[in-house]
Parts: sequence; C-alpha cells; structure tokens
Amino acid sequence: MCPDHIIELMHEYLDEEIDLEKEKVLRLHLQNCKDCETIFYELKKTIAFVKSVSNMQAPANFTANVLARLPKEKKKVLMTRWFKNHPILTAASLFVVLMGGSLMSTWNHEREFSVTKQRNLIVKNNTVIVPKGEVVKGDVVVRNGTLRIEGEIQGDATVINGEKYLASAGHVTGDIEVVNEVFDWIWYQMKKTAKDVVGVFDQTETK
Amino acid sequence: MEAIVKKRIKQVIKGDQDAFGEIVEIYKNSVFQLCFRMLGNRHEAEDAAQEAFIRAYVNIKSFNQDLKFSTWLFRIATNLCIDRMRKKKPDHYLDAEVAGTEGLSMYSQIPSNTELPEKELESMELQETVQKEILKLPEKYRSAIVLKYMEDLSLNEISEILDLPVGTVKTRIHRGREALKQQLRYV
Repeated sequence: MCPDHIIELMHEYLDEEIDLEKEKVLRLHLQNCKDCETIFYELKKTIAFVKSVSNMQAPANFTANVLARLPKEKKKVLMTRWFKNHPILTAASLFVVLMGGSLMSTWNHEREFSVTKQRNLIVKNNTVIVPKGEVVKGDVVVRNGTLRIEGEIQGDATVINGEKYLASAGHVTGDIEVVNEVFDWIWYQMKKTAKDVVGVFDQTETK
Repeated sequence: MEAIVKKRIKQVIKGDQDAFGEIVEIYKNSVFQLCFRMLGNRHEAEDAAQEAFIRAYVNIKSFNQDLKFSTWLFRIATNLCIDRMRKKKPDHYLDAEVAGTEGLSMYSQIPSNTELPEKELESMELQETVQKEILKLPEKYRSAIVLKYMEDLSLNEISEILDLPVGTVKTRIHRGREALKQQLRYV
C-alpha cells in the first residue's frame, strides 16, 4: 500500500500546483516504488483519455435553432438593420418624404389667385371667363379661382383649388382637370414634371 | 476574442439578435459538449444547450461586463444540466425484478466496480468507454472533471462556475480522477 501523502503529491502535480521541493520528493519516491509508478501512470493515462474525447461539434443548425427560439426583437433594431441593408430604398423613401413635404408646402403657400395670360380671357373677382364665341389658344391654368367656359379653349383647362363651369356652348379641345385635394395636387405635379421632361426631349428632337 | 464578445454583448443589450448569433457561434461547441458530457444524450444535450443560450440572452442585462462572458455562460449551462439531472426520474428502479426472470433484479445488470471484461473493452470505442465512465461519476465529480479536462478551464474558473471554493473543486477533481482511473486502468 502506497503512502497517502505521495498520492496527494501526484494530484498536486496533476493540478500543476506542485512546488519544486515536493516534486523532487515525488520523483524520488516514484523511482523506488513500482506500485506508485503504476498509479501515477494510470492517472496520467486517464486524463489523456478524457482529454482525447473532448472535441465535440454542436449539431447542424444549432445557432439558427437558438435564434428561432429567442423572444421577438425590438422594432427599433429591426428598422435600423433594414435601413443598413437597403440603402437605396432608404434613400428613395427619404426622397419621397422630402418631395412630398416640399409639394405640400407649395400647395399651402400658393393661395393667391392667378391665371395664365391669354389675350381674350376676361378676369372678374377671381373668376376667369372664356367669353362666348371667343377662341382661346393654348392651355389655361387657373389657381384659387373659378373658370367659366362659355367659348372655346384650344388646349387643356386646369383649375387648381377652385371650380369650373362649362356652359353648354363651351368647348375644350384638350383635357379638363380640377385639382382640389393635396393628393390630386401631388399627382398633378408629378404628371406635369413628367410632361415637361418629355417636352424637353421632344423639343431637342425637333431641333 | 473577449474584446469581440464584449462588443457583441453591447449590441445584444440594445436588442440585436444577429450579434447574439455570433456569440452562439463562438461558444456553441463547448456549451453543447458540456451538456452532452453531463446528460449523456445528444437530443437532451442539444435542448439544454439551446436553453442555456436563451437564458443568457434573456438575462444579458444582469451580466457583469467586467467579468468573463464564458464563465457566466458555463455557469448557466452547468446549473441547467444539474437541474435536469436531478429532475430526471430514473427509468428503471434497480431493485425491481426484471421481467421474465426469477428473482433477478437490475442490480445484476450493472457491471461490477472492478475490472471490465476484456472483450467488452475491445468492442467498445474509446470514445464510448470514456463517456460511459464519465456518466457513471456522481454529479458533483462529473461537472468538475468535465469542466477541467473537456472544457480545459482553470481551477479558478471552475470555482467561479460552480460557485465553490477552489479547495472543494480540487477535492472533487481528485476524487473524479481516482474513480475514472479505477474504470479506465485496463483500457
């Protein structure tokens, strides 16, 4: 039977906490005691066995499964990540918001009566009259006023934030449009911009 | 590595689950192994390891960021496994009579504590032998041995994980080593 204190020294050695003095004692004893040598060898072998089986891999999809079981993420984080992942869409939506804002402000600011200048239009108290029997050439745009059409307009008639009366004898060759709502207004602006752009191209082509 | 983890933890605290995914990637193998060595069953180990990560996520705000994250995580996982081991009802009662036998109880099915038959050892892979012997260890020795030799942690870390004095951890490792030596000496 081997002395307990030597076994104790072996454990200290295996814990890597033995000091030099004790290590000498242990080594000296091991050289002279076959039984202790065997025990020491078996302990070291046991540790080596345990260590040798210690490389385990988690199952496939482990991380995905954990994330699927987590409580829902906060909305703020989701939005921030969405913005990071979709920079173009973010820029586009920002553009739409800003454009909408500027259009809204023009809608709100342009409260004054105005009308396109054509020779034979009669203007009376914010009412624009196309007189009977007259022919107005070109597009007519009336803002914040009323348009009475008794004669003929050779072009489009547009009334923004106002009313339009078309007499039975009146006639408009182009489109008649009345814009009273903000969304109509934005839509009208977009169509106008598109038309202007197309117009520029048409002009350059005819040149 | 710890620096990356610290950064990710800050993001997780803000609620970023992708950052937590990276943390899971870093520790998934060691946490899974810890659970497998403790519970001895892949399916149960996976479930326990997942739960450990979920608990870490939910309680991340209570983690003291000056400490090592792995220590905290292993502590959650170890406690969880120990809980599950205690709750697990034994499948068979050892003294119940085995069906179809006369007077034979389950005790007769347990290999004796001395040497294992040589044939059995030859037919069994070393992996399985070691795992089997680790599972035979009492829970308190098992956790200490697994953390020390499979997770390769220092005695100080183990003492923090198990919330025990270093001296107690040492004793448990010594006893665990002795018990394993008895079983594995003829391998």
